[in-house]
Amino acid sequence: MPSPEPLAVEPAGRSTATRSVELDAFPTRTRLSTLTDGLRAYGMIAAMWIRSTMTYRASFVMTTVTSFVVTAFDFIAILLMFTHVDALGGYQLGEIAFLYGAAATSFGLADLLVGSTERLGRRVRDGTLDTLLVRPAPVLAQVAADRFALRRLGRITQGLLVLGYGLGTVHVEWTLLNLLMVPMMLVSGALIFAAVFVAGGSFQFWAQDAAEVQNAITYGGNTLLQYPPTVFAKDLVRGVTFVVPLAFVNWLPALAVLDRPYPLDLPHWFAYLPPVVAVLCCWLALLAWRAGLRSYRSTGS
Amino acid sequence: MEAFIELDGVEKVFDVRRRAGLLRREKSQVRAVDGLSFTVARGEMVGYIGPNGAGKSTTIKMLTGILTPSGGRLRVAGIDPARERTRLARRIGVVFGQRTTLWWDLPLKDSYRLMHRMYRIPDQRFRENLERCVELLDLGELLEVPVRQLSLGQRMRGDIAAALLHDPEVLYLDEPTIGLDVISKAKVRDFLRDLNADRGTTVLLTTHDLTDIEQLCRRVMVIDHGRLMYDGALAGLHEVGESERTLIVDLERELPPVVIDLARTVRVEGPRQWLAFPASQSAAPLVSALAARYPVMDLSLREPDIEAVIAKMYAGRSGQ
Repeated sequence: MPSPEPLAVEPAGRSTATRSVELDAFPTRTRLSTLTDGLRAYGMIAAMWIRSTMTYRASFVMTTVTSFVVTAFDFIAILLMFTHVDALGGYQLGEIAFLYGAAATSFGLADLLVGSTERLGRRVRDGTLDTLLVRPAPVLAQVAADRFALRRLGRITQGLLVLGYGLGTVHVEWTLLNLLMVPMMLVSGALIFAAVFVAGGSFQFWAQDAAEVQNAITYGGNTLLQYPPTVFAKDLVRGVTFVVPLAFVNWLPALAVLDRPYPLDLPHWFAYLPPVVAVLCCWLALLAWRAGLRSYRSTGS
Repeated sequence: MEAFIELDGVEKVFDVRRRAGLLRREKSQVRAVDGLSFTVARGEMVGYIGPNGAGKSTTIKMLTGILTPSGGRLRVAGIDPARERTRLARRIGVVFGQRTTLWWDLPLKDSYRLMHRMYRIPDQRFRENLERCVELLDLGELLEVPVRQLSLGQRMRGDIAAALLHDPEVLYLDEPTIGLDVISKAKVRDFLRDLNADRGTTVLLTTHDLTDIEQLCRRVMVIDHGRLMYDGALAGLHEVGESERTLIVDLERELPPVVIDLARTVRVEGPRQWLAFPASQSAAPLVSALAARYPVMDLSLREPDIEAVIAKMYAGRSGQ
C-alpha cells in the first residue's frame, strides 16, 4: 500500500469488519423493499421476454408442445414398465403417479420461475452481467427473469396431469390434513428446487462452467424423486434427506399421505417439515448468491 | 467547482491464478488500477484514454459500482458506488459500446418503456426526454422497428437514448463510436456536445478515436498500467508526446523527396509522399506552402493514434 493515510486505505483482503458493515447496511425495512423491488423488476423483465417470445408465435407453440411431449415420454416409460410388473419398489402405479406428478410439478414451477439462473455463467463469461449491475434493480431478480420461458408450462401441465391421475387412483382417506398436504408439498417443493437452482447459479460466479453440476442436482434430482425411495440404496436416500434435502419435496410428505413407511427411521412429524426446510434452503441460497455476487464484484470474473 | 467524481488513491488488485504444471497453480497479483487520484467537476466532459488493458474499464466499473475497489476512496455524487450501487444507478447512465441493453426482438420503443418503469421516471419527464432524444438522435423512424433490424450506428444511438431517459447526472460511455460510419459518428458527437452544453450532464468517455476527444473534450486523461500518465488539454498531450500528424501527398509525377521547412518527408512511394509534422501545429500553412511549390494532385491527413501518442510519451520520458 503506497498511501499512508489510514482514511484512504482499506486492507486488500476485505476483512470481516467490512463485511458486517455491509450486512448492517440492510435494515429490515430495506430488505423488504429489496424484495418488492425484486418482484417488480422480475415481473417487468418476464413480461418483456414473453412479448419477445410472442414475436415468434409458431416457434413458441412448437417448443411448448415439444416440452410437453418430451416430458410425457418420461411417464410413458413408467407406464410401459407397469405392463410387465404390478409394483415398483412395492408401490402401485397410482402411488408412483402421485410421487411423479408432485415432483414434476414442483420442479416445473421452480424451473419456470428461476431456472434461468443456470445461464449465469454465460453472462459472467461474456460480460453482459455488468449491464444488469448498473440498473436500479436487484441482480438476482434480473438474472432469474432472464429469458423467462413460458414454454416451460408444458412440463408443469404434464406434471399436473400425472398428479391428477395419481390423486384419483390412490386409495387414501382424504381428511382435511391430507388434502392440505398436497398444495403444501407443491409450494414447498417448488421453493426447495428454486433454492437449488439459485445456489447452483451462485456457484457459477466462481466456476463459470458449473452448469453441469447444477443440472445433475436439479434435473437429476427431479428424475430421482419420480420413483419411490424404496428402489434406491439407503445411503443415497440419506444423502437426499440430509445433505441436499430433496426428499422433502415429495417423498416425506407424500409417503405420510399414502401411509407408507419412509425407508429411514425418522419420526412421523418429519412429514410436516417441508415448509421449514424450504424457507431454510431459500435463506441459504440467498446467502450463497450474495457471497457469489460479492466475490464477482471483487474479482470481476 | 464542485467535485462530482472523486478518486483518492484508488486501487484494484486482481488475484490471477495461472496453471503451473499439472495440478499446481501459481497465484499472482495484478494491479489493474494502481493508486489513481483525480476529480471531475460537475458538467465537465472528459476523455479517458489509454491502451488496451490499461485499466480504463476497471475504472469505469468501479465508478458505476460494478467492482469494489481494493483500496482508496471513491465517490460519485457523494455516494460510495460499491456500497450503494442501486441508489447510484438512478443517477448515472452507462453505455457499453459493445453490449447493447436494448431488447433484440422487440421494437425500440418497448425498451424505452421498460426504462420508464424500471427507473420510475415520471410520465411527463419521460415523454419530454424521449421526444428530445428522438429528435436529436434521429430515432423517429426507428421506434417501431425491432432492434435486431437496426444497423450498428442506429443501435448505438438507441442505446445512448436509453441511458439518458432518467436524466442521469453523469454519463459513462465506453467506446461510443467504435465501428460506426462517419455520419453516425458525427450524429453521436453532436448529440453529446449538446447534452453537455444544454443539460450540464457530466460525461466521461473512453475511446480509441482521438477525433472523438478532439471534438468533444477539453480535458483528457491518459491512463496506463493503472496509473494516471497525463491529465490536461489534448493539445498538451501532443506536446508531451511530441506526436506527429502525417500529411499524405499525391504529386503529379514521381519526384525526389519534398524539402520543406514545416515538415519532414518520412516516406516516398512513387508519386505519393508522407510528410510528418508536429501535431500541435496547423496543417494549413504546410498545405499552402506545398501547393505553391509542388504539383499537388491530392492530399489527406492522418491523425496520430492514441497508441502512438502514448508510445512517444514513454520514449520521451525515458530519454530525459
